[in-house]
Amino acid sequence: MKPFLEISQLGKTYPTPNGAPAVIVEHFDLKIRKGEFITLIGHSGCGKSTVLSMLAGLTDITTGGIILSGKEVNSAGPDRGVVFQAPCLLPWMTAFENVMLGVDQVYYTADTEERRQIAEYYLTVVGLADAMHQRPAELSQGMRQRCGIARAFALSPKMLLLDEPFGMLDSLTRYELQEVLLDLWQKDQKTALMVTHDVDEALFLSDRVVMMTNGPAATVGEILEVKFPRPRSRQQLLEDPLYYELREQLIGFLEERSHVRPTRIAPPAPPPPAAPPRRPRFLGALTPA
Amino acid sequence: MKKFKLDWLLLPLFGFALILVAWSVSSATWAGNLPSPTKTWQASRDYVLQPFAKRGEMDQGILRFTWYSLQLVAKGYFLALLIGTPIGFFLGLSKTFTKIFDPIIQILRPVSPLAWLPLGLVLFLNAGKEAGTLGALFTIAICSMWPTVLNTAVGVRAVPQDYLNVGRVLKLSRWKTLTKILLPATLPYMFTGFRLSLGIAWLVIVAAEMLTGRPGVGGFLWQEYNALIYEHIILSIITIGLIGFALDRLMSLLEARFKTA
Repeated sequence: MKPFLEISQLGKTYPTPNGAPAVIVEHFDLKIRKGEFITLIGHSGCGKSTVLSMLAGLTDITTGGIILSGKEVNSAGPDRGVVFQAPCLLPWMTAFENVMLGVDQVYYTADTEERRQIAEYYLTVVGLADAMHQRPAELSQGMRQRCGIARAFALSPKMLLLDEPFGMLDSLTRYELQEVLLDLWQKDQKTALMVTHDVDEALFLSDRVVMMTNGPAATVGEILEVKFPRPRSRQQLLEDPLYYELREQLIGFLEERSHVRPTRIAPPAPPPPAAPPRRPRFLGALTPA
Repeated sequence: MKKFKLDWLLLPLFGFALILVAWSVSSATWAGNLPSPTKTWQASRDYVLQPFAKRGEMDQGILRFTWYSLQLVAKGYFLALLIGTPIGFFLGLSKTFTKIFDPIIQILRPVSPLAWLPLGLVLFLNAGKEAGTLGALFTIAICSMWPTVLNTAVGVRAVPQDYLNVGRVLKLSRWKTLTKILLPATLPYMFTGFRLSLGIAWLVIVAAEMLTGRPGVGGFLWQEYNALIYEHIILSIITIGLIGFALDRLMSLLEARFKTA
């Protein structure tokens, strides 16, 4: 079966002033099935957010490619709902208007009333029913991120991309929002990729945890299958000895093995570009190219 | 410094008193032609107490003159905003546009209104009776435009990338990106520009009226200088200052309203 999302040989380099380009990510391969919840974990600065940003189409891809349900990803679009780390709500709009901005874009054929209902539905599901007409400044950090989640889901995207969405929240709020997210993900049967550096968050939410090696030139290190039954409850997980085993493995990787580059069979190196043949000045036009 | 009751009122009053003393002493000693405060008040009483009286073309109550001036300033100022805001947007959005026009702007910006006015008069020479008005409008607009242009450009450049990313993810059209994201995000900067521009527009009006001889505070000031009624020069200066101050306060209030958004 063809994967829903296929990332192959993805790489990102930035030119630097002194010539040698900085390699952030390279040879990043990952296949994701429809409906899977994947977390991308790694040390900060390793390039996980860069991968996500390329998926979102917000950062240009240097090498390799991304195919999402048969289509190449090369620009940003509402078929990928992004939840940003800082929720990035527009401060001059209410929570409702922020969600509506996206809904208006995606459901342009629906009438106003239907669109309003969609926005209200998602805002209610994330628990903002009473606060949807307030501006971000009047909302707590956690409520803002709820709105960010509602905005992403309301687009009815093929895929959800979450960039450390709970990184700025206190742990109680984080737990609550993880459950909100998991609920919605299950209800809407979305495919999700989330960047995080929280081991417990990764285990609670995902089907597979993709561990990234340290940058520069970060890539996929190991992949951990998390086969707890769904729907999950935090309590059950904490009582399961397997949880601690997996946790051990994750932490082991992050502490000991994340700097080890995986041994990969290198693809045949492309032949070095041939030096342009020197042509005699005046006869140049006669030599076949 | 220790605060005491009513310091907000008493300290400024003390400042005014100092100036009054300096003024009286000057007119009594080294500046013989400078009318004293009392003489100034006596000569200005009619103009202040009947602020809207109209006795002749160049002999009207001070607020009536002010009203003429404000009308002209308003027209020139809105012209400046109308032209300056889009230019600011283009400067903020396009590096190429900036490279083309920034040197010109930097060169035109420091040119005095007194230098622009003759050019304005020449430009509208064929307009006949209206030449003076149009020339004055041109001068006000071109002199007061720059703070709006530059602040808008800075504001557009300062729009957080995060907000623009939201627009890109939602694939907002150019128009929607402009109206829903760029414009609201730039508004506080724009208003700072608008406030500074209004200050300049009010500065320019006096020069414009002096040279064109239009009825207004500036025209009145120049006429009374020529008529040797020096008291009215001081009356005009005080009026210009007070109105300028009031305009600035008004714009600050508006600005504060938009800052919270």
